[in-house]
Amino acid sequence: MALLWLLSAVASLAEQRFPPPDFEGGHQLPVTTTPPARALTLDYLDVGVLGLSLGLAIWLVYRRRSRKGLIVLSIFSLLYFGFWRHGCVCAIGSLQNVALALGDRSYALPLAVLAFFVLPLAVAIFAGRIFCAGVCPHGALQDLVLLKPLKVPPGLEAALSVLPFLYLGAGVLFAATGSAFIICEYDPFVPVFRLSGRALMVLSGAALLGLSIFVGRPYCRFLCPYGALLKLAAAVAKWRVRVTPDNCTQCRLCEASCPFGAMREPQARPGTQTHARDRRRLGWLLLLLPLLLAGGGWLGYRFSAPASRLHPTVSLADLLIRAQGSPPKIGALTPDDLALERARQAPQEILAAAAAIQRRFAIGGWIFGAWVGLVFGVKLISVSVHRPRTDYEPDSGDCFACARCFEYCPNELVRRGVIPATTLTAAAPEISGPPGLDRS
Amino acid sequence: MNPGISKPSSVTRRQFLRDGARAAGLAGLGGLLGLVAERSTAKGTVWQIDPQKCVRCGNCALYCVLEQSAVKCVHAYALCGYCQLCTGYFEPDPNDLNTGAENCLCPTSAIKRTYIEDPYYEYTIDEQLCIGCAKCVEGCHRFGNGSLFLQVRHDRCLNCNECAIAKVCAGDAFRRVPADQPYLLKTDTF
Repeated sequence: MALLWLLSAVASLAEQRFPPPDFEGGHQLPVTTTPPARALTLDYLDVGVLGLSLGLAIWLVYRRRSRKGLIVLSIFSLLYFGFWRHGCVCAIGSLQNVALALGDRSYALPLAVLAFFVLPLAVAIFAGRIFCAGVCPHGALQDLVLLKPLKVPPGLEAALSVLPFLYLGAGVLFAATGSAFIICEYDPFVPVFRLSGRALMVLSGAALLGLSIFVGRPYCRFLCPYGALLKLAAAVAKWRVRVTPDNCTQCRLCEASCPFGAMREPQARPGTQTHARDRRRLGWLLLLLPLLLAGGGWLGYRFSAPASRLHPTVSLADLLIRAQGSPPKIGALTPDDLALERARQAPQEILAAAAAIQRRFAIGGWIFGAWVGLVFGVKLISVSVHRPRTDYEPDSGDCFACARCFEYCPNELVRRGVIPATTLTAAAPEISGPPGLDRS
Repeated sequence: MNPGISKPSSVTRRQFLRDGARAAGLAGLGGLLGLVAERSTAKGTVWQIDPQKCVRCGNCALYCVLEQSAVKCVHAYALCGYCQLCTGYFEPDPNDLNTGAENCLCPTSAIKRTYIEDPYYEYTIDEQLCIGCAKCVEGCHRFGNGSLFLQVRHDRCLNCNECAIAKVCAGDAFRRVPADQPYLLKTDTF
């Protein structure tokens, strides 16, 4: 076998082992077919559909204030971006392409992907998480199966809400170093859209989908890394979703209307005593923040070496070092053996490349760790800062602009002409929600 | 402090901060766009296998996200020797040179063998059946002209953000190529 291999290696230097025949019968050679890649115009069609859907969603949320319209748009997005486009290209994954383009100069970022990254964010800076409302197929899928929403305990909600930021950091770290697109690889809903996938991801997709029946949008709230970016952008949005079309009468009907825990109750200015206590706590937390950053950075640096093994070149270099001294395998070779053979052809190159990647991982580890520290620090600070609020209003960062709460507001019902305006002043306490709406 | 006066001023301050943050966010997004746009391509990219780097390990058949891999064997007919004893078609030491399954390398009999004229046979790939396992590619590479090789077929490929096969490719043969030139066909032997 080895001899044959040697022979073939020698022969491969020759021109061609068997010269192509001269057919006496004039046989025409078939042409190797090359079915074209998906036409570029279709990629730009996707961008166009994204732009139009975003515009339509803004109109539906802010002008029409229509939940029904958003449901229709959600179904369309689910069918188009989900089941037709198989969940690819999507804004959630596009952040990794942008990170890779920043980290690797040789990577050419397709413009359509860049548009998918930028458009929803640009909209969020002005109008909040409109993308989540009815354009994102992941959000639409979870939103449409939400049948019996349960309230997540506030403490658990606050703790879980840091996860998207950590996932975002990890996604950027692995993408920018060119190791893996973990956000795509571990996406739970793409197997649903494709109706096939790895067993682990099919199972977790099914589990998350089952959970979405009772917990509103678990992926969006507690995992989605792009949602974390949108949350930051939406926090400073110019136009915000308001429950009431004009002024809040504090009737409390919308109190429990939000299945995503985004509704904020009116809050009085804290008394002087609690105020002083909160101030002290805030002071300590602000002092703690640099410590968290430094500690996180150091931890990130310590874990950068094992994390770098996710990069194929680093893991191959690892294999190469471990296999040093052992003779080359003969006989049937596994893919790993073949990769090792390749590494043995140019060991210095592989080792140098791996070392370079590990250096980048060390820097990335510091940044990622500091990011984790920052996330925890800012979360701690944000839970100890109290903002006085006069009305019931959704938190602009957490609100998915799903338009569910609108129908709970009596002022909105007056606007729509469902109830006459006089009932509000005459019998305000008796007003209940529209029939068929479950307020529990 | 009169709450009647302090309240509107605090709202204004918050408004000011929010406007500032929004402007900063827009500037940041614009900056990022500028930075990334110069490294971007309007053409779009797709995944392809460099046949010169492929080590025919068999991972293509196993790791594609599609149930049946988008990687198929393709045939560069101009390089083929049209051999009667095709080492891409027949097992090593076949019992007989006929189309019996026990003599064939291909596990799905995706290679069709057609008699052209003595002693030449033409080998064509049925892509409906091919699973991209590279058994024939290995046979053709090792003892033949190397006219059979693997390519990502773009009528099937979903063009994932990160190709699941590329991640485990033993030869590091996968790379992103411009979408308007999506194939790396063999024009030379080996």
